[in-house]
Amino acid sequence: MAAVTSKGQRLWNRMLVATVFVLVIVFLAPLYWISSTAFKPRSLATTVPPTVVFEPEITPFIKLFTRRVQMRGEVDPEVYEEAEWYEKRVLDAGERFIKDADGNIESSGYWSRFLNSIIIAVTSTFLAVAMGTLTAYGFSRFRMPGENDWLFFILSTRMLPPVVVAIPMFLMYRAVGLVDTHVGLIILYTAFNLSFSVWLMKGFIDEIPTEYEEAALVDGYTRMEAFFKIVVPQTATGVAATAVFCFITAWNEYAFALMMTNSKAQTAPPYIPSQLGSGITDWTVIASGTFLFLLPVAVFTFLLRKHLLRGVTFGAIRK
Amino acid sequence: MAQIKLENISKKFGRQTALSDLNLDIADGEFFVLLGPTGAGKTTTLRLIAGLDAPNAGTININGENVNEYSAAERDVALVFQYYSLYPHYTVRQNLEFPLRSKVRRLTEQDISASVARAAKTLRIEHLLERKTDKLSGGEMQRVSIGRAIVREPRAFLMDEPLSNLDAKLREILRAELKDLQMKLGATFLYVAHDQVEAMSMGDKIGILCDGHLVQVGSSQDIYNRPRDTFVATFVGSPAMNLFDATLSNGKAVVIPGSLEIPTSGEAMNHLRERAGKVKIGVRSEDILLDSSGPLEGRIHGVENHGVEKVVTLRVGELLLRATVPARTVLELDSPIRFAFNDKKLHCFDAASGQNLIFGD
Repeated sequence: MAAVTSKGQRLWNRMLVATVFVLVIVFLAPLYWISSTAFKPRSLATTVPPTVVFEPEITPFIKLFTRRVQMRGEVDPEVYEEAEWYEKRVLDAGERFIKDADGNIESSGYWSRFLNSIIIAVTSTFLAVAMGTLTAYGFSRFRMPGENDWLFFILSTRMLPPVVVAIPMFLMYRAVGLVDTHVGLIILYTAFNLSFSVWLMKGFIDEIPTEYEEAALVDGYTRMEAFFKIVVPQTATGVAATAVFCFITAWNEYAFALMMTNSKAQTAPPYIPSQLGSGITDWTVIASGTFLFLLPVAVFTFLLRKHLLRGVTFGAIRK
Repeated sequence: MAQIKLENISKKFGRQTALSDLNLDIADGEFFVLLGPTGAGKTTTLRLIAGLDAPNAGTININGENVNEYSAAERDVALVFQYYSLYPHYTVRQNLEFPLRSKVRRLTEQDISASVARAAKTLRIEHLLERKTDKLSGGEMQRVSIGRAIVREPRAFLMDEPLSNLDAKLREILRAELKDLQMKLGATFLYVAHDQVEAMSMGDKIGILCDGHLVQVGSSQDIYNRPRDTFVATFVGSPAMNLFDATLSNGKAVVIPGSLEIPTSGEAMNHLRERAGKVKIGVRSEDILLDSSGPLEGRIHGVENHGVEKVVTLRVGELLLRATVPARTVLELDSPIRFAFNDKKLHCFDAASGQNLIFGD
């Protein structure tokens, strides 16, 4: 009897391991594909079957940050001789840099888009978490008429898919001159994240006993001082978890970025696919752009993974 | 130091009335214990005085000054919570320094460290100063939390059942320490308790709170010997006072016709001689005397051994009475026994209102 059970148990365990293995492959395969393509020579990017073993090279990243044209004919050996190592890589690939009158290599838009992404995601995350924490504190600690209705109202802003309001938003933004500005996207992303931030932070703040702040009030501090000295340090985990979620949302947002920005304040997500149409499609460049774009979120999430798990199980589920 | 006076305080939470028309007068340097069952409004009273909640009506005076509009910080009273509520991300020292670093006070670093050292010495927690608060035992935590209260020399101390989460032994030790501390500081203490032993042993004055009303205020002797009504009579004292229905007529209180009748000629009942009608008679367990020549007879229904004494349950007809007797008394279950009431210590309450007819005013 015992042997049968253990046999069944073993089979079950094997099936579990196999399932996990398959899932891991399913989730990691696209990631591997993008990362490997980012380091492939262009000729190997589209081979069928896909090339798995190859010598990784940095050329796609050089191409990503610069503007180039396809060369006609052979490269002048003298020019090749004088070229820097990175220029040689491009020349080897049959392309040359576009240079301005002073001979400086022209930069592609990627770096400024990436910077826009950072500015907009960081600022909107900061605003959403800061305002959300204060709002959540108010809801958690003070009783007011219609409190649950207000909370529901805040949540209801997330009930429609955001794209539904895209066109009215665009018209409004155009009217007030917020199209293609950093401020415009920051406001938009802050608004998206705020309801989420309020609800998540309320869960965390509800967990902190009010006695701590009350002790501080009696000890001679104002409500605001008590909030910053007692509540905020206590809920650091909550703030971290909320910040990660808000940051990921703002960082990955595509639809509104595509519609509301075109150059000055454009973020990386709409920029990367926009390179598809310009002349030849160089998948290695797209992949390298995507690869760099993935890094911040991957690192951020990995560093804060414990808080994230706690945020999901502790902040969101209760009540 | 301070004198605290509450006048006509009412407090409602939604539709629920926590306190109604409460008047309380606490003298400077007094150890005042507010005693009552759970939900009587004790903690609410403390929170109103501390400034954490605002009353719906009435005034709160500290040293003759109306502080209704003052914030908690401006009232300069200290509050010790039931759950220690030490700031968890600080060390013991930082916890003690916290009230001193408030902008309200503006003290120099020397003053702060001198005050912390003094408070730590008083409470014997000097060796814990650098420790994180989550590495403390319950008793140590409550010491630190009392330390946080005394460190800034407030006008009055408010304590919300600070000992109720400690084990019995520690509670006994800290009880003595707290009383000692209060004497040493000469400070005004308002101490909330639901444990009558705590109240009796510590309080200069005890206020009994029931359903948001202050039922009786007095010394522990007063409360114990002259309870104003049946609530106070049964709430204070362990075992609780025996209370049973009787009918007054013809100079006797008849409990069970024929077998349990108490003449009103005794010292306590004397001036009820002319009265007739339904009453409740109260007898403390120590005022039931086992006496082979006593006028009353019952059977031994149960015996609890408490070490220094035994609590005997006597049965007379349907009535059960609890009596305290010396531990060495030999008792046999179900055997008949004769007893007497100490007629100097009998209590008699109005059957309808519960008011004490002997000591009532």
